Amino acid sequence: MTTNTAKDEALDLTRACELAEEEAGTAGPVIRVLQKVQAHYGYIPPEFLPEMAEILEVPLAKIFGALTFYSQFYTEPRGKYVVRICVGTACHVQGSKDILDRLKGDIGVEAGGTTPDMMFTLEPVACIGSCGLAPLCLINTETAAHQTPALMVEKIAAIREKESASVAEE
Amino acid sequence: MADEKKSGAALAEAPAAAAAKTPSVMPKRFVPWPEGREKPRIWIGMGTCGTASGAQALKEEIAAFLEDHKLEADVMPTGCVGMCHNEPLVDIQVKGRPRVCYRKVSSKNLQQILKEHLLDGEASKRSAFGQLPNPDEKQVLYEGVPLFHDEPFFKDQVKIVMQRCGVVDYYAIDDYLATGGYEGLRKAVTMTSDQIIDEVKKSGLRGRGGAGFPTWMKWKFARDAEGTPKYMVCNADEGDPGAFMDRAVLEGDPHTLLEGMIIGAYAVGAKYGYIYCRAEYPLAIKILTEAIKQAKERGFLGDNILGTGFAYDIIIKEGAGAYVCGEEMALLNSIMGERGMPVIKPPFPATHGVWGKPTNINNVETFANIAEIVQRGGDWYAYWGSETTKGTKTFALTGKVKRPGLVEVPTGTTIRKLVEEIGGGMTLKKVGFKAAQFGGPSGGCLPAEYMETGIDYESLNAGGAIMGSGGVVVLDEYNCMVDTARFFMEFTVDESCGKCTPCRDGTALMLQILERITHGEGELGDIPKLQQISHFTKANSLCGLGQVAPNPVLTTLRYFRDEVEEHIVDKKCRAHSCDELIEYVVMEDKCTTCGLCKPPCPTDALQWEKKQTAFINHETCIRCKACVMACPFMAIK
Repeated sequence: MTTNTAKDEALDLTRACELAEEEAGTAGPVIRVLQKVQAHYGYIPPEFLPEMAEILEVPLAKIFGALTFYSQFYTEPRGKYVVRICVGTACHVQGSKDILDRLKGDIGVEAGGTTPDMMFTLEPVACIGSCGLAPLCLINTETAAHQTPALMVEKIAAIREKESASVAEE
Repeated sequence: MADEKKSGAALAEAPAAAAAKTPSVMPKRFVPWPEGREKPRIWIGMGTCGTASGAQALKEEIAAFLEDHKLEADVMPTGCVGMCHNEPLVDIQVKGRPRVCYRKVSSKNLQQILKEHLLDGEASKRSAFGQLPNPDEKQVLYEGVPLFHDEPFFKDQVKIVMQRCGVVDYYAIDDYLATGGYEGLRKAVTMTSDQIIDEVKKSGLRGRGGAGFPTWMKWKFARDAEGTPKYMVCNADEGDPGAFMDRAVLEGDPHTLLEGMIIGAYAVGAKYGYIYCRAEYPLAIKILTEAIKQAKERGFLGDNILGTGFAYDIIIKEGAGAYVCGEEMALLNSIMGERGMPVIKPPFPATHGVWGKPTNINNVETFANIAEIVQRGGDWYAYWGSETTKGTKTFALTGKVKRPGLVEVPTGTTIRKLVEEIGGGMTLKKVGFKAAQFGGPSGGCLPAEYMETGIDYESLNAGGAIMGSGGVVVLDEYNCMVDTARFFMEFTVDESCGKCTPCRDGTALMLQILERITHGEGELGDIPKLQQISHFTKANSLCGLGQVAPNPVLTTLRYFRDEVEEHIVDKKCRAHSCDELIEYVVMEDKCTTCGLCKPPCPTDALQWEKKQTAFINHETCIRCKACVMACPFMAIK
């Protein structure tokens, strides 16, 4: 699904244009198209926005406004593993900040950042809605309950090992 | 204040007239055992929280066990029953016996549970939480297994909204129908719009999203508004951190929401509906999509509902991550594909909502009450609850309590009952209760003197908090109140849409000051400054988000002023939470010289010899708090 290859390679936007055309003429299409494009590419390629404006006949400013307003739209490719640390109230009072701080050091990026090898994206999120299991972390769609900094560091190390093993095999 | 008489527990004292309308037992739902059925039934708690606790692996192990032993059974997913502290849960029922709920199931005890229950025909007592005998069926009880509903966590709960959560298979409309589902709708279509709105009025139901506006009045405005088509919209953008009751309903009992919406649409004459659900709830969206499909197939939704000619259709709109979209006008803008910005009211959505048409918006929990109100009557519902707030409210009880989870109780239940009896008291025995945080970033922290307060809209408002969506985060002495206020302000600054200055700049200013205080750079003038900005922001913000955003600051100043002053004047944080303000010392009078604090110290700053009071070297201490957490006597401060 996600095409996180080198950024300087020109991206094929055909599918994005098709998705926009499907929604052209419907009521309030902007968010829907952005969601579909992101589902396909893993992020929203900024170079697609002018084309999207043209297809939908919506001002570019409006599209850009919606894109930057919502926290779940990304304009840059993200890591293969998106590590989300819940920082909702229940997780906060159970020490999720310590987990986030530790991982910032361990993964080596700031909150919201992606490692240069496109392996990890570290992202604090507000409430996943399983507060009884706080503190809570997600690695992609896998939820881990009752986490500690040490447990998460272990998990990250395990992923690194797995990845380097698969690289070695190739 | 606390209206003990009506708070569920003391049913015997209820007035005779009300008692006549009240079933002697609270509404409990059981999935009936179909006639002629032999195969056992197994339910796995597979809501988001169950899955996070490892339910998927259990499902595979159960399938493997059944195959190994050549057994047949139906294995079904079910939603969240509210016992987060006992996840993952597996329920098993065999013919002629009650359903048994097993708690904290893992690969360690699963084999034994399955063997004892399915092969030996006895409940596995060690892991059983409780059994649920269905009073309508002849069932032989298991000996030595407690009754599910008599357990302290459930004893005082009254489940109306969550009655089927964790009971029915969330993908099966037949389970919903077998437990009284769509009976409310069947009754509603024989009533007039006025009759339905009147029942809702009698019930006293108020918006469960937090503001507490009477639901019947909202419906009446939308019905009387001119313009077609009308819209019936559900706000499922549960953004308050620390609240997840809507998710439980969406996942555990989607048809209850749909039925409530359809009845509402019938009453106001709406033709279309949206469910605006936050994208962070992928499972809820999946389950809802399936539920809508099934409801259409069975004629509960679509062009000709129950053959009456009434048409109503529901579309799911997935949010894109913006807390302010829980505000109704922002939500409508987001549905229309725009930035989710609030606008000045009036005009209200009742006259100018989605696409400029009359629109009614209610929260998930509000809708989840409707079917039961129509079916059993408004008086029945109004029996529950306090004087001003009728019915039940679901609370997401989290934080430092032993038994966190989702708890549905009649309004008017005291905070003490919630925290101590249902929640099982504080996690750490020696670390006392400090405050209960109600209403998330829009609410406030109520200190111990509010323990006996019955919870309803009015009592919480009087205390400076709000009901909000019903998140209750319990804080203990290790939680710093200044940091808690700072935490919420940080959240609000992040989520403020930026349209109006008081909210955008007011919250940012307050955050700056609070950060300064937690870093030990606070000044005495900061407290009046915070108060001034709070009042200004409250009075002048455009929408609800800004109007209530200062609440956490105001309640902190009101109840924990000494703690704030301590940060500013003494540069001390008594909860040991603000890193810059900590200098740990061992208190000689409390230290038992046990030495438990020594091993966790990563820098050997903590020195201890047998029978000697421990000592901390401040040169090498990195303030990691490992010793504080290790000390069972709170001797390190």
